[in-house]
Amino acid sequence: MAVGADVSEGEQTAIVPFPITHSEREAGPRRSDVDEWGRSERVRQIVRRLYAPIYDKWFRVEWEGLEKIPRNGGALLVANHAGAIPSDAPVIIHGIETELRRAVYGLGDSFFRTIPFVGTAWSRAGGVTAHPDNALRLLRDQGQLALTFPEGSKGPAKVYADRYRLHRFGRGGFVEIAMRAGVPIIPIAVVGAEESMPILFRLQSVAKLLGTPYFPVTANLLTLGPIGTLLYFPAKFKLRVLDPIYFDVSPGQERYSKSRVMDEAERVRTQLQETLYDMLRERRSVWFG
Amino acid sequence: MVRLTERLGNDMGRRVLVTGLDTFWGGRMAQALESDPEVEMILGMGTREPSVPLERAEFVRADQTYSILSRIVRATQVDTIVHTFLMVDSTQAPGRTLHEINVIGTMNLLAAAGQADTPVRQVVVKSSALVYGAAQDDPAWFREETPRSKAPRTRVERTLIEVEGLVRDFAEDNPATILTVLRFANVLGSGIVTPLSSNLSRPLCPSILGFDPMLQFVEEADVVRCLEHVTRHRIPGLYNVAGDGKLPWSEVAALCGTRLLPLPPVGTRLAAAPLTGMGLIELPPELEDLLRYGRGLDTALLARTGFTCRYTTAEAVNRFIQAVRLRRHVGADKPAYTYEQDVEQFFRHSPAVTHSPNET
Repeated sequence: MAVGADVSEGEQTAIVPFPITHSEREAGPRRSDVDEWGRSERVRQIVRRLYAPIYDKWFRVEWEGLEKIPRNGGALLVANHAGAIPSDAPVIIHGIETELRRAVYGLGDSFFRTIPFVGTAWSRAGGVTAHPDNALRLLRDQGQLALTFPEGSKGPAKVYADRYRLHRFGRGGFVEIAMRAGVPIIPIAVVGAEESMPILFRLQSVAKLLGTPYFPVTANLLTLGPIGTLLYFPAKFKLRVLDPIYFDVSPGQERYSKSRVMDEAERVRTQLQETLYDMLRERRSVWFG
Repeated sequence: MVRLTERLGNDMGRRVLVTGLDTFWGGRMAQALESDPEVEMILGMGTREPSVPLERAEFVRADQTYSILSRIVRATQVDTIVHTFLMVDSTQAPGRTLHEINVIGTMNLLAAAGQADTPVRQVVVKSSALVYGAAQDDPAWFREETPRSKAPRTRVERTLIEVEGLVRDFAEDNPATILTVLRFANVLGSGIVTPLSSNLSRPLCPSILGFDPMLQFVEEADVVRCLEHVTRHRIPGLYNVAGDGKLPWSEVAALCGTRLLPLPPVGTRLAAAPLTGMGLIELPPELEDLLRYGRGLDTALLARTGFTCRYTTAEAVNRFIQAVRLRRHVGADKPAYTYEQDVEQFFRHSPAVTHSPNET
């Protein structure tokens, strides 16, 4: 597998049981290994086994700076978001879980929870509703890795013409959470997701009718037909982990200066944007990197 | 708190009024208080006769809205009211009755507790996690101050929210009174019967196709222990009460040895209607929400008062199913108790009685 330095090369994507890091006071008889968030390590193992070929052969994922992600303790992973059905989240989670042997919880839109089967699968695979309380408990109380996309649904909803142009980073909530939890923010720049399922245009009226955040008409759909609703183009994925950002504020405060929070959020955004431009400058081919 | 103890006088025991003595929680709470030597007198109000044997608790029959309550408070000089008579099971009563019991009942109770020169120093209200609802935007764990994410759509939730509103108003008007509100997670245990527990004790139990929510339970003994804890230590405030951990609904069903009957995610009510009509399953609207999105309570605040539940969620499920298994083999575990006015009065007030009948 092609990965950056410092990662045990040649090691198979062997499925090794993770150390249990969540609340262990789960006395009493159990039938499943579903943790208090709904994540199941057993389900993750199956998902990793099924996803490994897509990760290795289809997207041919390459990481840079994976060693910057701590092997223990909480950290908030922040990435750019793209692809009509975002392909970046599974790539990031799979990569970190197989390389670092650490669970990653994905903070996502609660919209997932409303879809039968999808919501349950999402939850078992480590999806958690993006709620400040959830993030705080994961990061501060349990020292977990949590992944968030500050662009929200505006990221994957953008059309192909706007690719790699970051949207507003919400209201800076992710910075405030990291400050309160006393954990670093680790930005991850992802190149490839935009081309894996580019949106040509959006149908606002259909989205309204279905109650979805957006309704994309993708290039995949037009070229591949119905199978294109779920099939990604084999774009080459490159991910670059940036240096962790620590904030010199005391954790656990009730409030943080809003201007400071917005400044920091904007700084993270600019940094990610610059990195994306750098990576695009170096990229020779969408398909081969 | 020290100041209050002085005012009450250390030599004088507490005089406690328990509402809903005839209901599950009122009866249990009165029994628990009876074994507390600090409690001098227990007065239980109920619309029907008590269903559990009581030693020294006095029973007063009242209508469900407690119109005679202010007279009782004045006459008996109770210093503590434990309000357990709030209905959280909407299958047990029509909406009208729910409103009467929960809202009007609490209103009269608080009016009586807040009258001029009131002897009442503490009011404990047994509320429910139903005030949080269950929706997709919910946090995995509700803190006491987390607002619910969707407006309540079921009657029982609306009445409980209204009750808590009345309680908040009362707290503002009566700053000297210690006010405790406990929000309990879904209860499981050996005795309590709820729509959830009756579903789980049947061979088929409802679920919503494609949804496997995370649920949290509190064991019934912990409910009484917690009510006792806040009463005895006069702890003011609003607290969540729940066992540690959460379990997926499918696992709860598996532990209970029942099979899941998946209902369609769209038109759930319609599909469930014939089944509930035949009495195969119970699915009040608030349970439907729960079976879709689940609910969790953050109990950190309660832990800071020195209370943690003895049983985790998984243990509560286990204790429940053990009781169900036993009942399947030997039938109801205790012979039914019937209250007989004359006998009870005799034991409590006749000079001929020198020992309590239940002590040997």
